[in-house]
Parts: sequence; structure tokens; C-alpha cells
Amino acid sequence: MSASTLYDKVWELHRVADLPGGSTQLFIGLHLIHEVTSPQAFAALRDLGLTVRHPERTVATVDHIVPTTSQARPFADPLAEAMLATLEANCADHGITLHGLGSGRQGIVHVIAPELGLTQPGMTVACGDSHTSTHGAFGAIAFGIGTSQVRDVLASQSLAMNKLKVRRIWVEGTLQPGVYAKDLVLHVIRTLGVKGGVGYAYEFAGPAIEVLSMEERMTLCNMAIEGGARVGYCNPDATTFAYLQGRPHAPTAGDAWERAVAWWSGLASGPEAVFDDEVRFDAAAIAPTVTWGITPGQGIGVDERVPTLEQTPADERPLAEEAYRYMDLVPGAPIAGLPVDVCFIGSCTNGRLSDLRAAAAVAQGRHVAPGIKAFVVPGSEQVAAAAEAEGLDAVFRAAGFEWREPGCSMCLAMNPDRLEGRQISASSSNRNFKGRQGSASGRTLLMSPAMVAAAAIRGQVTDVRELVAVAPSTPSER
Amino acid sequence: MSTVSTTVAAPAPFPAGPVERLQGRGVALVGNDIDTDRIIPARFLKCVTFDGLAEGAFADDRTELAGAHPFDRPEHQGATILVVNDNFGCGSSREHAPQALMRWGIRAVIGESFAEIFFGNCLALGIPCLTITPADATTLQRAIGAMPAALLTVDVEALRVRLDPQTSDGTSAASAASLDLPLQLAAGPHRMLVSGQWDGTSQLVAHDAELRATASQLPYLVGFAA
Repeated sequence: MSASTLYDKVWELHRVADLPGGSTQLFIGLHLIHEVTSPQAFAALRDLGLTVRHPERTVATVDHIVPTTSQARPFADPLAEAMLATLEANCADHGITLHGLGSGRQGIVHVIAPELGLTQPGMTVACGDSHTSTHGAFGAIAFGIGTSQVRDVLASQSLAMNKLKVRRIWVEGTLQPGVYAKDLVLHVIRTLGVKGGVGYAYEFAGPAIEVLSMEERMTLCNMAIEGGARVGYCNPDATTFAYLQGRPHAPTAGDAWERAVAWWSGLASGPEAVFDDEVRFDAAAIAPTVTWGITPGQGIGVDERVPTLEQTPADERPLAEEAYRYMDLVPGAPIAGLPVDVCFIGSCTNGRLSDLRAAAAVAQGRHVAPGIKAFVVPGSEQVAAAAEAEGLDAVFRAAGFEWREPGCSMCLAMNPDRLEGRQISASSSNRNFKGRQGSASGRTLLMSPAMVAAAAIRGQVTDVRELVAVAPSTPSER
Repeated sequence: MSTVSTTVAAPAPFPAGPVERLQGRGVALVGNDIDTDRIIPARFLKCVTFDGLAEGAFADDRTELAGAHPFDRPEHQGATILVVNDNFGCGSSREHAPQALMRWGIRAVIGESFAEIFFGNCLALGIPCLTITPADATTLQRAIGAMPAALLTVDVEALRVRLDPQTSDGTSAASAASLDLPLQLAAGPHRMLVSGQWDGTSQLVAHDAELRATASQLPYLVGFAA
């Protein structure tokens, strides 16, 4: 059983009561909501005659359903308009802050909470969205919940939870140029499987993790859930504190800031920490990674070939065969050179400023291949403004990419951005499930934003290292 | 009080109270890593109530299979026990997935393993996700395929599933032997379901003093003020 890990310490601090069923009532420090998974929760609250216990601990934005071309109201899609109107009414009724379109603070929920300084080390963070694990990058215990649980947090600022085991993912070495946090996490999932993390929180630690920027840590923790781990986190350190300092909701400078840093520092897993399990990786051995199949675990290095059935463990063969059929790929074929139709840069995984910089470095001075639809969707209004201030939008436009308004866009196709028919996309998002990007037969290849840019330029899956001799592997932030 | 669903045409009521024993016909869905985007594609999430979700259950898979999907087969209409394989419900946290299954008629899911958020979402609706060995899952799926009219009894309390070749209307479905297989469920969710305490909002809200005590020791709630 784990002991003295950050997970154990934060769990104990937030323990409210032991429940008769055997689970623990856990206090939730930060509750994030959006338009898709909250309306039924507010309705249930009304049915129960309950109110929101801590409206100041819930923060809302709109991201999944917003168009990325014109965001003028009312939306062309009446269902999308009704969802946003419902969120607006619920927030107004209950005194909840909503960072709406045009506020300067709207964006994908997992992009805006960190950039506003809402997400802090040592918090418990819940949101009706599985990629809530993103916030673990700060040393928070953050996890996705369903709508009934959104209702519970609204009503009680707490949840009935069962404690997870803790697996340390220890990463030695250094990511090579052209290899990013996205490649690292795709490699981890490829190795441990899409259900390897079920029942575990993943602690990402080791020399290769310590040098990652906060945005890279967010990419890593974001996809913990794709490996089955509901929670992924990094220990807070000087990088974390430097990112937070001065952000709108961070503790104010002076004594409060010093108290905060002292408290945060004490939560990190120390040398005495005990883990339920540990797996080691060598960052230097990881290549730019691309998924070829229909789960995020079906990934290979860009220099590898689609695995054959003989190379696939027996229990994974039915899924591999289904993936060959769906993706229309031949076992043993190289993934590099596979033609793509659509290139999407964005999402809560890879829609932050450093992601756009890495992609722009590839696009700079080049042009999207003929017939390719390529577009860039900043993760938030703040990301868009920062990118425009340094001219990234102009770089992308000159290279033939569309520059869009912030939102979840084609990650999940609850908005007008979607694949059509059997189109195949190079996507910086997080899921390559059948039908995920809006067409029941559409196909998705997951990769880093720089790799998506390279695919757009060449019109096919391309090793980004061929285009950029030394791509920035740890781009600076802010 | 037992929650017993029947196989008559009228849809079974949504779960309420203790979930001790469920009875109905089975429907088998073979395959690992069936994600929640497949259970309910994202376009069906454009709604502000869960009411109309039944038609979205496996919508794209059903279209692709043009009537051959288990949820479309006439012999499985009215089934209430879903039998699946490994890592069922992975991916998105959307509660729309169990809501769609529940509104289609499912009252229990038996499988080799479940994704965590999906498991919790089902529990919050009073739908048990019960674990079965891979070999038993296949045995049960084949039996359901061979005898779709056979009656399944899920004894949540004793953690057994029985398949009785006799149908719900009393006729014998086949000469095959009956099955009686063990199931697994963690102690906490087991107690919650059997005791009827799976819908715990009131329990959480009642701990007002405990909530205050926990909040008082969290310095970030007051901006790390002295």
C-alpha cells in the first residue's frame, strides 16, 4: 500500500468521513464545469431541493460545442445554443463564475483553469470530463467524474471515492529533439496498455519529468486516463511555482505566497514515499510516436511498421484485426508515408502556446501540401492572444493553415468541426476511437503538434526530425 | 426488497432502493476496449436532459452492422443484462453512456473488466457492473447467443449469475444445461448496492460539520491568509 506519496497526503487532507458503503467522502477543492455534463446535474439538484454549497469553488466555461469559425450568438446549431443558454442560466441562478465567449478568459476547461491560476498544488480537482487528469501536472489530485457526481459536488463540495493505488512512472534520460511530452505519454500507454492504469494513480517522476515545462506536464497528465489511470500527477517544484506566480487566482505576493510555496513543497512525494508499483522508462529511447489503430495504446514509433498479428499478444489480436479493417492498414506496412486528409492542431492535450510554437516552427517558411485541410485551434482566448502577439497566426496562415477561434473543435466533434466519410486525420488530440472525430468511418492518427504540422506540409505521416533539424523539445512558456 | 425486472414489453423501472437480485434476458456484446464514444457517439450529447438517449446507444455500430448488432436483433429486444468483455466503457467520462444503456433497458452489466469512471457512473445509477472471468464471460455470451430467450438471474447479494434454459413464459428454450457462474464486486460498491445506499447525495450533504472541519484545514480555501 502506498504511503507518504503526494497522492496519500492530499487524500488525507481532503478526507471528510468514512461512508457506510466503505468509500471515503472526499472534499473537492476546485470544481470545473462546462456545458455538456452539467445541465442534468443542475436539474437533479433542483429536483432534490438542494442548492450549491460552495458556488465560489465552482468555475464554468464553454468549450465542447462552440464553433471555431464564427462564435456569434445565437449559434447556428439550436441544440448548441440551448446548451450554452442553459449553462448561462444555471451559473446566473447559483452565483457561479462563467468565463464565457469573448470574456478574454474562455477556452477549453483544462487550458483555462491552469492559466488563470485556479489549479494549484495540493488541491482536489473534479470536472465532468475525463481529461481532468490534466490538472495533476501541478501536484493536484484531479479526476473526471460523471454527471451524478457533478450533482454531488454542487450539493456538498465532496464526493464518495475509493482510494487508488499509486504507480510511479520513473523516466530517466532526456527526450531527444523532435520528441515531446505527447510522444512520451503515447509511449507509456503503448507499453502499459489502455487498461494498465485501471485502479492506479500514475505519479510521473524522474530526471526526464523534472525538466519538463508545465505545459508539457499537462500534456502528460492529460493522457493518463488514456492509459486507464483516472489520476496522473507530477510533484510540484520550482517550475510549478514559477508558472503560478502572478496568475489571477494564485496567492498574492508576499507572506501568502511564501506560505503557499512552503505548503505546496511539503506535499511532494519524498524519499520515504512507498509506491504500490513502479515502471521505468528511458526518455532517450523514445521516437516521435504515432497511433495506427483505434485505441491510444495502438501506437508505434514513426520509424516503425504497423505490427503484424504474430507480433501482437494473443489477447490483443481481435482488436488489432478490427483496427486493420477500420483503418484500412496492412500489417507490416510502414506508418511513415501514409497519406492524410485533415490535420488538426489543438485540444486540451496540445492546444497551448508551446504546442503552437512547436508546430509553427515546422510550418515556418513552408506550405501545406495540396488537397490537405489543415487548421489550428488555440486552447483558449488567452492562448490565441499570446500566439497572435508573437505572430504565430501569421506563420500558420502564410503556410496555408486556417487559424480558428478557441474550443474543443475536432477532438470530439460536438461542433461543426468533423471528419467526413473515411477521411484520415493527423491529430494532436487524445483519442483515436472509431467515430471519435465525427464521422462513423473517420480515421484518426494521434501525434504531437509538431508531427501534425509535418504531416500537413508533406501530406503524409512524416518524421518531424526530417523537417526541423533541432526542434525545440522544451519550449519556454509565457 | 428485491429489484426484479421482468421481460415483458413494458420497460423496467429505473433502479431504486436495494439492488439485490435482477432477472431478465441477456444480450452479449463481444469485444475488448469498447469505449464510451461507441456506446454513445458525441453528437447525442447535445442535449440538456438524458431522456432521449436510448436511440443513441451504439448508434454508429448499429448503423454499420445494418440490423445485425445485438441491440437491434429481435431476440434481444427487452433484454436487461448486458454481458461484455475487457475494459468496457473506457474513454470519456460521459454519464450519457450508462444513461443510454439504462434507457435502452439494461439493469446490470457483467464483464471481464470495466473502466473506472464508467463503473462509478453505473453505480451512481444503481446499475451493478459485475466482474466475471474471461472464460466464464465467453461461456455466458455463447449461451446467450444460443438461447436468447433464456432467463438470467443476477444474484447481486450472493454474486452469482444463473442461466436457466427455461424462458420467462415457462417454455423450455433448449435442452442445454443451465449455468451457475461466480461474479466479483468490490466490497464497497457491493454494500452500497445491496443496502440501497448507492445514491449518496443526501449522505454527503448530511455531513455538514465534517465538511466544515475538513475545509478549515485547507489553507488554499482562504488564499493562504495568515
